[in-house]
Amino acid sequence: MNKWKYWTGSLLLLVTTVTAVLSGCDKPRSPVVLFNEDAIPERLSDWNLVNIIDGGLIPNARVLPYDLNTGLFTDYAHKLRTVWMPTGTSAEYGEEHFNYPVGTVLTKTFYYPRGEGISVLRTENFARDYLEGHSGEALDLQAVRLVETRLLVKRQDGWQAIPYIWNAAQTEAIYEIAGDTSRFKLVSDSGDVSEFTYVVPDANQCAGCHADNFTGKKISPLGPRARHLNRHFSYRSGTENQLLYWQEVGYLRGLPALASLPSQPSYVDTSKPLEDRARAYLDINCGHCHNPAGAADTSGLMLHYGETDWRRMGLCKPPVAAGTGSGGRAFAIVPGEPDHSILNFRVESIDPGAMMPELGRSLVHEEGVNLLRQWVAAMSGNCS
Amino acid sequence: MKTLSYMGVAITLLLASACGQESSSQSNPSTADIGFQKQLLRQLIAAKPGDTIVIPEGEFQIDRSLSLNVDDVTIRGMGMDKSILSFKRQIQGAEGLLVNANDFTIEDLAIEDTVGDALKINEGENIVIRNIRVEWTNGPATENGAYGIYPVQTKNTLVEGSVAIGASDAGIYVGQSRNVIVRNNRAEFNVAGIEIENTIGADVYGNVTTNNTGGILVFNMPNLPQPGHSTRIYSNEIFKNNVGNFGHEGTPVAAVPAGSGIVINSNDRVEIFDNKIADNNTANIVVSSYFTAGYYTDKSTQVDFDPYPEGIYIYNNHFLGGGSSPDHLELKALKVARFGLGGSLPDVLWDGVVDAKKMTEGVLPTHLRLCIDNADTGILNIDFQNNYQNVSTDISAHQCHLEKLPEIVLDFDLPGEETGAGDHLAILEEEDE
Repeated sequence: MNKWKYWTGSLLLLVTTVTAVLSGCDKPRSPVVLFNEDAIPERLSDWNLVNIIDGGLIPNARVLPYDLNTGLFTDYAHKLRTVWMPTGTSAEYGEEHFNYPVGTVLTKTFYYPRGEGISVLRTENFARDYLEGHSGEALDLQAVRLVETRLLVKRQDGWQAIPYIWNAAQTEAIYEIAGDTSRFKLVSDSGDVSEFTYVVPDANQCAGCHADNFTGKKISPLGPRARHLNRHFSYRSGTENQLLYWQEVGYLRGLPALASLPSQPSYVDTSKPLEDRARAYLDINCGHCHNPAGAADTSGLMLHYGETDWRRMGLCKPPVAAGTGSGGRAFAIVPGEPDHSILNFRVESIDPGAMMPELGRSLVHEEGVNLLRQWVAAMSGNCS
Repeated sequence: MKTLSYMGVAITLLLASACGQESSSQSNPSTADIGFQKQLLRQLIAAKPGDTIVIPEGEFQIDRSLSLNVDDVTIRGMGMDKSILSFKRQIQGAEGLLVNANDFTIEDLAIEDTVGDALKINEGENIVIRNIRVEWTNGPATENGAYGIYPVQTKNTLVEGSVAIGASDAGIYVGQSRNVIVRNNRAEFNVAGIEIENTIGADVYGNVTTNNTGGILVFNMPNLPQPGHSTRIYSNEIFKNNVGNFGHEGTPVAAVPAGSGIVINSNDRVEIFDNKIADNNTANIVVSSYFTAGYYTDKSTQVDFDPYPEGIYIYNNHFLGGGSSPDHLELKALKVARFGLGGSLPDVLWDGVVDAKKMTEGVLPTHLRLCIDNADTGILNIDFQNNYQNVSTDISAHQCHLEKLPEIVLDFDLPGEETGAGDHLAILEEEDE
């Protein structure tokens, strides 16, 4: 096919990336390769973004790990997120979206801490996931089981979603657009066991969440936005605000004064107001569809961060086309009554015809469910 | 340079696998479902504009939602009883097939037993859904998926020659759309047979709806981007829609009385003519406001929502039977009190709720009225606003005429092409040769 163009493109990239000298790996490594849209390699390792080296999954130089204040719940999987941009390029700050340069590659690796035998762990303790001295950065393959790595690559005409699934031997992740399923036995910190089917979404389903502007169909990153990134991260050089660090390494320009930037709390940070934590949780878990341009605008229910109208947020709002999802309840939110609120019913359900979000989980997120119950229970008033 | 040659291998591999995807489905339907599913998913994901994806004859088990995001794609089976996608073992996804694309055609296949909606088109222009069967094979049940054929926020949509059975909400549901034709379909054993909601410009004709809770519904719901108006319901057969309501409590259709032929709720400019409407035990036609449906509270409803059905025109229908055994206690009591044990409610049941603000000297302007020009058809005004105080069968205020609505025209719908499943099959077969 278009091989010649492809070779020249890669050569150019090689030349530019070889000169990069940021820390992030201990051994000399081949630089990141930015593959063309129509030449996606079968193997994740070909990108040189995150590779298995000496028993760890390790980001390459300039492949920067990051974390979010509150992330999307996906069956208690842990995630290693990274960002890489071609040398000499940077993202332009925007309050809602950063304008990422063409060639930006985001990776998100879904994994579980290993338990005894074939089981995996449900835990909020991330400390054991990493190789010694590489906290937050290099996954210890003795300690974790890799499931999938999803790439988002910024092209001239928008973002491309590229899903890879890790093999059973944990030696390579293979390109698979049709998704996958695997059974897991999940053991919680308190010893509770749940068996479930982890569903890797297919490439179209990526757009089911990531096309937060559904009409435009363009997919975009959901996590790496100002309000989610505005937090500290423990880099090897020390702990620092992620947005400042991105600016320092040349990944972000046009950053306003830090104090003026939006920030969402971690939904588990009980030092923050209940209202803010619940809204943060709804924003990242629901707002990508439930916004005025999202796939779920058909419902009239708006759960994104910017919504200020309480009825649109669900207060005393009757369902439109919820079907099974109504759970026999009359309103999305009945103040003070989570047991009579459709919103609570749907996040507590695991019936694919009723549950919310529709994709990305097979299990109930107990901590999220409890937060939303507290939030609704604390509301005053009634719907009559 | 080692890296470069290495990448060469990767490209070759990719090309090989891409070619592999092209090979059409020859798999054995009974045994290779997972292979079939993966291949179908790949075809849908990798589709290019102009592609036709063929579903071969056979019953295929699918365990997750299918979706299509590419414009100008056709999905074609070998017939609604021959190419069957069965979702009996579905573990993921809120619908069978979810489409977000323009210029989409799906025809000649069946989608069975999805956990949620069967076929959902969410945003798209120029949509053709033809000779599709959606069915919950266990029959009517609350745990069935909500919608069978479900275009929402679409423009220029044709649903024809299709069959919808067993939906716990609506068999064929067109929501928040513009310019729609629903014709020559059959809807049976759903809560709502055919429902047009918050849609602007719909022609619903040549359909058969029977054994639903309600045959054909035209609704407006609040809190949505678009209120609907201008629907014509004509030349349909709407009979014996007497199945007990098995909708989920809380959903709008759960309030529909069993035995409703046509239900207009809160919608404006609806024309009902030339239909055969028979033996619907509550009433052959129900016209009601959002208040009567039981959903209205100030808190639940956007301020500018219009809850009144206005400009409803009923003429030249053929009514037979109906109203003999109404659902809901108040209606039962009313029937016995007013028409006797062996009597029946009239063909048109109206809640009598009108917008007093729009009246001049105590009457509504004609264009907002419920007009009936239908031989000796009767009406029952239940005076819902005053708690059934002035129940009336006086039809004089309804003896009026309204300006007729224009026909819906779809550019891709050939003029003069009289449709029926058979004709379309013949045309398709010609195209194939």
